[in-house]
Amino acid sequence: MTKKKMFFRMISASLVRRRSRMLIALLSVAIGAMILSGLVTIYYDVPRQMGTQFRRYGSNMIVLPKEESFSMEDGEKAKAVIPEDSLVGAAPYRYENVRINQTTVLAAGTDMEGAKASSPYWNVDGKWPSGSGQLLVGKEVAEKYGLKVGEPVTVTYTPEEVYGGDDGTETEDVSDAAGAASSETEAESETEEEMILDNEMDFQVTGILDTGGSEESYIYMSLDDLAQLTGEDGGLDILELSITAQQDQLSEYADQINEAVDTVNARLVKRVAQSEGTVLTKLQALVLLVTIVVLALTMICVATTMTATVTERKMEIGLRKALGASDQSIIQEFMGEGILLGAIGGLIGTVLGFFFAQGVSMGVFNNSIVFRPLLLPITIAASMAVTGLASMIPIRATTKIDPAFVLKGE
Amino acid sequence: MSLLELKDVSKIYGDLHALDHVNMKVEKGEWVAIMGPSGSGKSTMMNIIGCMDTPTEGQVLLDGRDISKVSKKEQTIIRRDKIGLIFQQFYLVNYLTALENVMTAQYYHSVPDEKEAMEALERVGLADRAHHLPSQLSGGEQQRVCVARALINYPEIVLADEPTGNLDEANETIVMDLFRQLHEQGTTLIVVTHDPEVAQTAQRALVLRDGHFTKETVNNNFTGVIHYND
Ligand SMILES: Nc1ncnc2c1ncn2[C@@H]1O[C@H](COP(=O)(O)OP(=O)(O)OP(=O)(O)O)[C@@H](O)[C@H]1O
Ligand SMILES: [Mg+2]
Repeated sequence: MTKKKMFFRMISASLVRRRSRMLIALLSVAIGAMILSGLVTIYYDVPRQMGTQFRRYGSNMIVLPKEESFSMEDGEKAKAVIPEDSLVGAAPYRYENVRINQTTVLAAGTDMEGAKASSPYWNVDGKWPSGSGQLLVGKEVAEKYGLKVGEPVTVTYTPEEVYGGDDGTETEDVSDAAGAASSETEAESETEEEMILDNEMDFQVTGILDTGGSEESYIYMSLDDLAQLTGEDGGLDILELSITAQQDQLSEYADQINEAVDTVNARLVKRVAQSEGTVLTKLQALVLLVTIVVLALTMICVATTMTATVTERKMEIGLRKALGASDQSIIQEFMGEGILLGAIGGLIGTVLGFFFAQGVSMGVFNNSIVFRPLLLPITIAASMAVTGLASMIPIRATTKIDPAFVLKGE
Repeated sequence: MSLLELKDVSKIYGDLHALDHVNMKVEKGEWVAIMGPSGSGKSTMMNIIGCMDTPTEGQVLLDGRDISKVSKKEQTIIRRDKIGLIFQQFYLVNYLTALENVMTAQYYHSVPDEKEAMEALERVGLADRAHHLPSQLSGGEQQRVCVARALINYPEIVLADEPTGNLDEANETIVMDLFRQLHEQGTTLIVVTHDPEVAQTAQRALVLRDGHFTKETVNNNFTGVIHYND
């Protein structure tokens, strides 16, 4: 048998056969390691989780036109800059003034799927529009006109130039263009002179939108329906993007979009992006602080146990010295025990830590976490370092133990 | 040259002279008993010979080398290489088996050898108890493990401080028989005892009183076998 083997046989025998004495220390190391590995997991997982979480509050980047509007193609180009896996949702919007019952209402043409994804907090009573002729009505609008889910509604659009003509100044000038537009669309009441200029379209209300915000005063239809109603394709007024990324990364994406598409200007929604950053920084600082406190407590517990161990085993230490053990080898043996204890505690702690992190993640984010295999060796190494460090001072006391003194008395 | 020589050795604690100008010679292979009342300085002397303590005054020559003023480190090395210790209390490491306890002495001396350790246990009649913990052994068995441990590294001197003090007669006989075997193999033995029968078994018995030798008895009928006078 080699000396090394005997060394491990001795230190493992000490831990295994004296386990009741070492249990508290082991427990404290395991709990320390659990909190360490659990918090580290959460620490690295939280930004991801929080990102997804924050994305529930809406988009964090908007793409605005430099001029009046930008084309759909440019919108697609801007969207393509964001990696697919970090893009939660992209909602293009085109706004137009339309009329219901002769009063003006703001209509937004959008991609319903995109809007749904980038504004998950939108609460729709009924159904989201899923095809042509379907309308999502803001709650405020619905109340004003007494609209209910499933009811038909006629939306009227007056081509802008003519709309301005109500004042009676430029009517003639643009009547040709308006007439052309109305002939393309299904303007029904061609007989009346006033109405001839308006485009009309029948919709069915599929859902009432409740957001608690300004969205409630809009009506939403597909971009195609809006194009049909207005008789022109028009451009986009805004593209809202919801992206899982930290602020720095977001700024970078914005720069990339601005570089790639010169008709647009991409901007962060500062309020959302910044508060995400602040919360994360504070949370990570808290995690760090808790980790330090827990490590300190673990060290205190290990140091206490080691001190008690050295006192309790004074006789054994004296005996070993009498048998020819040098101070060096006694220190090695006790250090070995401490570090082995750290390794075992670290192993147990990592496993517990995973469940701990999982529990926290499920409780807070309702989302499971990924096990990081690298965490196992790191936690074990950290536990070994902590127990080793904590054992140093108590173990140094072994050098003061005198074999003659110990072995003389009863 | 004697294996061990004490020249004018004193050990002074405050104004207490635990050893007071002690002179003694022990030849190689000799079996010496040391007697004396409690507090006469027997253990103090054994600790000095065993290189666990240094005298206040005087010289201790072991194999011709003065060990009275060496450093702690050198003491450890001498102890490891030359001396086998047996105590009145059966000091064993309580979480190691009998076999592992014997191997511990090998471990500090040179290299652990399980087979050799097992043979040592066989010699003291404990082969079948090799894997027991000290708490599972009787006092006599524990002391025999200590004897096996003391002789495993073939020390030049075995120092035994009251080795049979806590043993019944049967176990005392076993331990004394082991001493006889050690003696026959040429090991030098110094045995501290209160027991006149144990002392009379040795070749020579010295009596220590108030820190110095007062009497020496040479055993002319030496056989190495203990006799009980009943
Ligand atoms: N470290 C010490 N400090 C002070 N006095 C000590 C110390 N060690 C021993 N003594 C004293 O030295 C004297 C001799 O002690 P020693 O242990 O050598 O006696 P002993 O002959 O072995 O006695 P016993 O038969 O009871 O074991 C005693 O009076 C003891 O009190
Ligand atoms: Mg004594």
